[in-house]
Amino acid sequence: MRSLQKKLLRDLWHNRGQVVSIAAVVATAIMTVLSMRGTYESLLHSRDTFYQESAFPHVWAGLERAPESVKDRIAAIDGVSAVDTRVRFMANVQLDDVAEPSRGLFSSLDPNVPGLGKLVLRSGRLPELRERDRVVINEKFAETNQLGEGDAFHAIINGQQRALTIVGVAISPEYMYPLAPGSIFPDHQTFGLVWMGREALASESDMEGAFNEVAIQVQGGGHQTAVIEELDRILKPYGGLGAYGRDEQISHQFLEGELVQNRNTGTLIPAVFLAVVAFLLNIVLRRLVDTQRQEIAVLKAFGYTNLDVGWFYLKFALSAVLIGTAAGVFFGIWFGQIMVEMYKEFFVFPDLRYLFGWHLVGLAVFISVAAAAIGALGGVRSATKLPPAEAMRPKAPAHFRPGIFERMGFEKWLSSTARMVLRNIERQPIKSTLSALGVAFSVAILVLGMFMFDAIDYMMDLQFNQVQREDISVVFERPLPESVQQELEYLDAVSKAEIFRAVPVRFVNGHLETEAGITGRRLDDDLQRIIDADGQHIRLPSHGIVVSRYLADQLGLDSPGPLTVEILEGNRPENTAEIVDIVDDFLGASAYMELDALHRLAGGTRSVNGANLKLLPGTRDDVMTHLAGMPSISGVSSPRKMYEIFSQQMDEGLLLGVFFLVFFSSIIALAVIYNGARIALSERGRELASLRVLGFSKQEVAVLLFSEQGLVTLIAIPIGWLLGYWMSWAMVSAFVTESYRIPFIVDAGTFAFSAAATVIAGIVSSFIVRRRLNRYDLISVLKTRD
Amino acid sequence: MERPHIFKARALSKIYDMGEVQVAALRDVDFDLREGELLVLLGASGSGKSTLLNILGGLDSPTKGRVWYRDQQLDTADEEALTAYRRHHVGFVFQFYNLIPSLTARENVALVTEIADDPMTPAEALELVGLGDRLDHFPAQLSGGEQQRVAIARAVAKRPQVLLCDEPTGALDLETGRIVLRALERVNEELQTAIAVITHNAAIAGMGDRIVRMSSGRIASDESNQDRVHIDEIIW
Repeated sequence: MRSLQKKLLRDLWHNRGQVVSIAAVVATAIMTVLSMRGTYESLLHSRDTFYQESAFPHVWAGLERAPESVKDRIAAIDGVSAVDTRVRFMANVQLDDVAEPSRGLFSSLDPNVPGLGKLVLRSGRLPELRERDRVVINEKFAETNQLGEGDAFHAIINGQQRALTIVGVAISPEYMYPLAPGSIFPDHQTFGLVWMGREALASESDMEGAFNEVAIQVQGGGHQTAVIEELDRILKPYGGLGAYGRDEQISHQFLEGELVQNRNTGTLIPAVFLAVVAFLLNIVLRRLVDTQRQEIAVLKAFGYTNLDVGWFYLKFALSAVLIGTAAGVFFGIWFGQIMVEMYKEFFVFPDLRYLFGWHLVGLAVFISVAAAAIGALGGVRSATKLPPAEAMRPKAPAHFRPGIFERMGFEKWLSSTARMVLRNIERQPIKSTLSALGVAFSVAILVLGMFMFDAIDYMMDLQFNQVQREDISVVFERPLPESVQQELEYLDAVSKAEIFRAVPVRFVNGHLETEAGITGRRLDDDLQRIIDADGQHIRLPSHGIVVSRYLADQLGLDSPGPLTVEILEGNRPENTAEIVDIVDDFLGASAYMELDALHRLAGGTRSVNGANLKLLPGTRDDVMTHLAGMPSISGVSSPRKMYEIFSQQMDEGLLLGVFFLVFFSSIIALAVIYNGARIALSERGRELASLRVLGFSKQEVAVLLFSEQGLVTLIAIPIGWLLGYWMSWAMVSAFVTESYRIPFIVDAGTFAFSAAATVIAGIVSSFIVRRRLNRYDLISVLKTRD
Repeated sequence: MERPHIFKARALSKIYDMGEVQVAALRDVDFDLREGELLVLLGASGSGKSTLLNILGGLDSPTKGRVWYRDQQLDTADEEALTAYRRHHVGFVFQFYNLIPSLTARENVALVTEIADDPMTPAEALELVGLGDRLDHFPAQLSGGEQQRVAIARAVAKRPQVLLCDEPTGALDLETGRIVLRALERVNEELQTAIAVITHNAAIAGMGDRIVRMSSGRIASDESNQDRVHIDEIIW
C-alpha cells in the first residue's frame, strides 16, 4: 500500500466522528431524495400509465337526460377524438353486515366496446350488456365489506328493491380516490362504485336509449376550453350540468393535490439536506486541510504536486460521501417502499410499485461530491499558496479586535471568557453564519413538518366543530317541499332539523366562468355556518350571495359586485345577482344564499334537497339506519363520524411523520453542532489547554468551548423559525386546489418543539465532544507549535 | 538559616509506556526548590527536565516516588486538587507563549486574575514586565518577546509562590531573550517568587542562584552559583 493510502485510512479513522456525521447527513439527503422524490415519481408514473392504458377522459359532463343520438353531435365537436356516454346515478345500498346505510354510485358499461376510463378487473368478469342485476364493484368497497364474486346485496333502484349479485371486482381510473360526492374523506364501508351492463341498468332506471353522463377524450389533450364550451351548448337543452376538465374531476383533483404536495416536499426537504451536506463537507474539509498545513508543506517539500495533495483530501471526502450513499440508498429504497405502501391505503392504483431512480442517486452524489471538492480544494489552495518553508513555520496568531458588544460600551459586563466567545464568533462571520444557518435548517425542517399537522388539525377542527355541527346530514331522492322540516322534527330522536336547497349554477363574470353549487339556508340556521379562515362566524345576508375566496379568485372578483348566474336545473333561468361578501375559507369553491332569496333566483317550486339534523345523544346509528331505509332519502352521512375516522388516520400518520422529521432534523443538528464543536476543539485545543494549565477546571473549559456552539444554536433557533415559517408559507402557496387550501397556521407548540429538539441535539453533540476534550493531553498540546 | 521548601521530591520516577518499549524519563530523582530561589535546570533534549517540571507543576504525575508542594502531596492528588493547585499556587511560562489570540494583553492576564484569590491587577502585572503601554494590544499586534512577557505577566499576576518556565527564550533572539530574562529576574527579586527555568542553553545558567544539570533522567549535578552573571553579559 502506498504511504498516502495509509495516511488516508488513518486520517479517516482519527476523524471518524466527523466522517460518520457527514456520512449520516449524506445518507439522510439521499434517503429523502430517494424516498420522497422517488415516491412522487413512482406515483406519477403509475398514474400516467393507468391513465394511458385505460383511456382516461379529458372532459366530463353530467346532464338530466339526452337521447343517444346526441352522442354523434358531441363526437363531431372539433378536437374530440372519443366519446363515451353513460347512465349514472346514486342509490341506497343495503349490506347484510353493515348497520349503517350505504350508498352506491351506479354506472353503466358496455363490455363489448372499448370505452373511456376502462376498468381494470381484479377478479371475476364484467357483466354482459343486458345481464340484469349482475354487477362489478370497486375493490376498496369489496375489501372493506368483505364482498367478492358470488356475494349479493340489495339496492333501491328507481324506488324498487333489487338483489344484485357480484360477478367481478374492479378499479377505475376515474375513482383512484373513491370519494362519495360531497364528502371530504373516503369511507369505503358506506360508499361503493357499482357497474352494470348498459342496457340492463338503463331499463331498470328508465334510461333506455338515453344517457345522463358523457366523457370525452380530446385529441392530444389540447383545446379543452373550446370543447367544453361547445359541449355545454349542445347539452343545454338536455339539462346539462356544466362540462368540466380533469382539473375539476374529484379523484384526479385529490390525486393531483397529493402529487403537488409530494413534489414540493420531495424537492424542498432533500434540497435542504443537500445544502447542509454541501456546507458541512466544505467546512470540515477546509478545516482538516488547514490543521494539516505542515504535513502538506512536508509532502510538497518532498515533491508531491498540489494536484496530488488535493486528490488526497478529495478522497477523504469521497470516502464519507460513499459510506453515506450506500446507507442512503439502502434506507431510501426501504423508506420509499413504506411510503408507497401508505399511498395504497388512500389511492387505488392497478400496479403501484416503488421505482428506484438512479438519476436521483446520481444527482445527490453529484452535489455532495461537488461540495466536497470545493471544500477540499479550497483548503488545499490556501495551504499550498505558501512556499513549503513558510508553511512549516508556526502560524502567526490570528488577528482579533474588540467585538461589537464592547464597541457599543458593554465591555465592563463581559468577562474575559465571554469576550473570547463573542470575538471568536465575530472573527469568522461567514463560518458562524453558515453554522447558524445549518442549525436553522434543522429547526426549519421541524417547523415545516409540524406545521402540516397543525394546519390539518386546525382545518379539521374548523370544519367539524365550527362549520358542520350537525350530527347527520340527509340528501333527498328528489326535491321535497319545505314542510319536510316539520316531518323530520317529529322524529323522536331529532332535536333540530334545518333544511337546505342546493342548486347547480354557472357563474359568469365577463369572460371568466365557473360551475359551482349555491346552498340556500335560513337566516337563523346554525347547524351549518359560514366560518372564515380566522374562525369568525360570517352571518348570512338576507339578499345576495356569499362566495368563498377560491371561487371569487376563479371569477377574478376582488370585491363584492354583480355578476351573471345561470341556473343549471329546471327552466335554467339566467339572472344577474349580487356578490355581497367574499369569505376567506379553506374548503374549495362554495356559495351561500338565504333560502328564500335562492328560491327567487332559481325559480321553480319552493323545494329543498336535504336537511341537517341535530340528534339526541346516542341515537346516531339508529337514526341513520332508519333514514337510510326511507325511499325519499338518497343519502345519509355523518360528518362527525368522518371526523372520527380521519382523526384516527391522522394520529397514526402523525406519529410516523413526527418520528422521521425529528430523526432527520436531529441528524442535521447533530452533524452541524458536533462538527462545529469538534472543529473548534482542534482549532483551539492549544488555547483550551493553556486555560487548563492556568488552573481552569475541565468544566470551565468545556463551558467555554460549548458556549460558542450554544450561542450559535440560540441565534439559529429564531432564524430557523423564520425560515420554517417562510418554507411553510411557500408550501401553502404552492398547494391550492379546488377542494381545499391549507390554512397558514403554525402553533406555538411547533416552535417550542422544534427549538427543544434542536437544543437536545446540541447537548448530545456536546457530550460526544466533551469525551474527547476530557482525554486531551495538556502537555503534548502545549509543547507543540501551532 | 535555610529557607523553607517549596518543592520536595523523593525517588521520583516516570516511565512512559510507548506500546512495545518503555521509556524512563525520570529515574529516582531527588529534588528540592526553596522559597525565593532562582534555579536553572540545564540539560539536553530528552534529559528529563521537562518531565520533572511538569510533575512539579501538576500537569503530570510520577510513576513512582513522592513529591510535595509545601505540605501538599502532589503525587497522590486527584485531577480536581491539581487543577486547584495550578489555579492558586503555580505559574507557567512556555516556549510557545500560548496566549489566547482573541484576548488583549490585559485580558489575557485578567483571565487568571478573575479566578485567583489575591491577584495584582492586570495593569500592575504588565507594568512589572515592562508592558505598561501595550495593555490593549492583541497578541497578533505584539512581537515574540512582548508576547512572552505577557505570558510571564499572566503567570505572576496571581502572586504564585513559584514560577515554572520551560525554555522561555527558546523561540527568541538574543536581545529579546535578555528582555524576557530581565523580566523573570525582576519578578524573582521584587516578589520573592521562586523560579525554575528549564533550558538547554548553558549560557543562561549563569543567572541562577542554583544550577541543576540533568542527563538521562537523572540529576548529574546540583551546585549553588555564588557569582551570578548579569543578564546583559549573557551571550548565545
